[in-house]
Amino acid sequence: MKALEINGLRKTYDNGHVALNGVDLEVEQGDFFALLGPNGAGKSTTIGIISSLVSASGGSVKVHGHDLQSERNQCKLLIGLVPQEINFNVFETPKNIVVTQAGYYGISKSLATERAEHYLKLLELWEKSDRPAREMSGGMKRRLMIARALVHEPRLLILDEPTAGVDIEIRRSMWAFLEEINRNGTTIILTTHYLEEAETLCRNVAIIDDGSIVEQGAVSELLSRAQFQTFVLDMKQAPSTQPDLQGMTVLKCEGTRLEVQMRLGDNMNKLFSQLDNLGIDVISMRNKSNRLEEFFLQLVGNNDNGGAA
Amino acid sequence: MQSITSVNIVAFKTIVTKEIRRFMRIWVQTIVPPAVSAVLYMMIFGTLIGSRVGEMDGHQYIDFIVPGIIMMAVITNSYSNSVSSFFSAKFQNHLQEMLIAPVYNWVILAGFVTGGVCRGLAVGALVAAVSLFFTRLPVENPLITITVVVLTATLFSIAGVVNSIFAKSFDDISIIPNFVLTPLTYLGGIFYSIKLLPDFWEGLSFINPVLYMINGFRFGILGSSDISIGWSFMIILIFIALLGSVALYLLNKGVGIKS
Repeated sequence: MKALEINGLRKTYDNGHVALNGVDLEVEQGDFFALLGPNGAGKSTTIGIISSLVSASGGSVKVHGHDLQSERNQCKLLIGLVPQEINFNVFETPKNIVVTQAGYYGISKSLATERAEHYLKLLELWEKSDRPAREMSGGMKRRLMIARALVHEPRLLILDEPTAGVDIEIRRSMWAFLEEINRNGTTIILTTHYLEEAETLCRNVAIIDDGSIVEQGAVSELLSRAQFQTFVLDMKQAPSTQPDLQGMTVLKCEGTRLEVQMRLGDNMNKLFSQLDNLGIDVISMRNKSNRLEEFFLQLVGNNDNGGAA
Repeated sequence: MQSITSVNIVAFKTIVTKEIRRFMRIWVQTIVPPAVSAVLYMMIFGTLIGSRVGEMDGHQYIDFIVPGIIMMAVITNSYSNSVSSFFSAKFQNHLQEMLIAPVYNWVILAGFVTGGVCRGLAVGALVAAVSLFFTRLPVENPLITITVVVLTATLFSIAGVVNSIFAKSFDDISIIPNFVLTPLTYLGGIFYSIKLLPDFWEGLSFINPVLYMINGFRFGILGSSDISIGWSFMIILIFIALLGSVALYLLNKGVGIKS
């Protein structure tokens, strides 16, 4: 049985905008799955339909074998949602927010209080648990939404950009926490703007663009299909003219900074020998983006909506 | 897996607890002001002016207006509680916490309505207690008194939810209370018996549903009113059934809360 099965999912909003145009998606139990796509591609609509916040115009969704249309409440019991926007009452305390959410899933006050303490401690929020949530930082608020989503111990956790606007240290601690939750058997579906996050955490990925899934598979398999990679090189001195490099593309040459795109698998020595022949000394070099990002741009790069996921 | 029914029993208690905690946390804004207004009404209209009015419908004027003043507090507060709480939950998106959970829409409605009823009754009880400084409350028919006040609070709590489902801004949740509810309440016979009105205006008063609630409550307290108690109950129950169905239909359709 799949954790999530979506077939032919369609959504047309009242204003006529077609957000989903027949989405098919399967997520295995225990998977750590990324749903990526540019802004407006249909990620949040898909998540909204799975979590019953948006009504579908057609198609079907099954959660652990339960049909969302006919067994909605059974599906809801299995799903935990961390939405993109802060959506709790900021005048309430984190403890009350989590305990109240547990109550909506039929969990008794005593068990809810126990679980609230457990998750708030795990997410390093316990010290603030009796203060109004409005006093918390952005990162804390995001972690509070994770604690709230986990309090009924869902089998499928959906996170819509959970680390947006969170500093790198907290982001990495959240990654470690999510990996732990996933190791314990919870299926996780993640949308993120940080493709590094998807590449680090997820085993499988689907890329949605313009309301349809354009690619789906194992991260490792998709990465092997990435055709290009881009390097940023810092030169010792700025060249007088833009260097002409055979078999590769110079994307940018500004001052002492050079951006070169190469085919994946091409010999790097070719680059350095050509630069050496041109009298250009390179003092440092790094990947401009991770490989998943390259693949993503390859697929949806012609879409200039901006956001990666 | 827990049954959905038992989930919803706990969910209902949770929503009610949350609602009570909300208005009790800000009791200075939610509970005290109506009591202050009631004291002013009783001092000015009951004691100062009332002593010159004499009797109204066979009762001292202060005795006559106290049931109406209590009922006005109940109506206003049960309405404001559900309209402001539901709209805030919608506006700040934390209504989504309930919408993603396995909670029936009628349980969500019942939870918010019960919260509104609790605030209406809390304020009504406080105003009634304050009124004892000005008069005695005979409460001729305790069962009728309690039933009418609970049903009226229920009706206006439901009305508050309906208002907030349609509301798109905070202005939208103040239009009905200011331009519909307040005039209907003041013209519902709080301060006067409709028998004093010319025939045309007396007849027109019968289309005001609030008249039946205030008079039903007055019947419970004083044992007499302008309207028969049977009519009072019938009108209140019809409006509860009507507005309750509308509210549930809107929630099931996702109007204003789902896209």
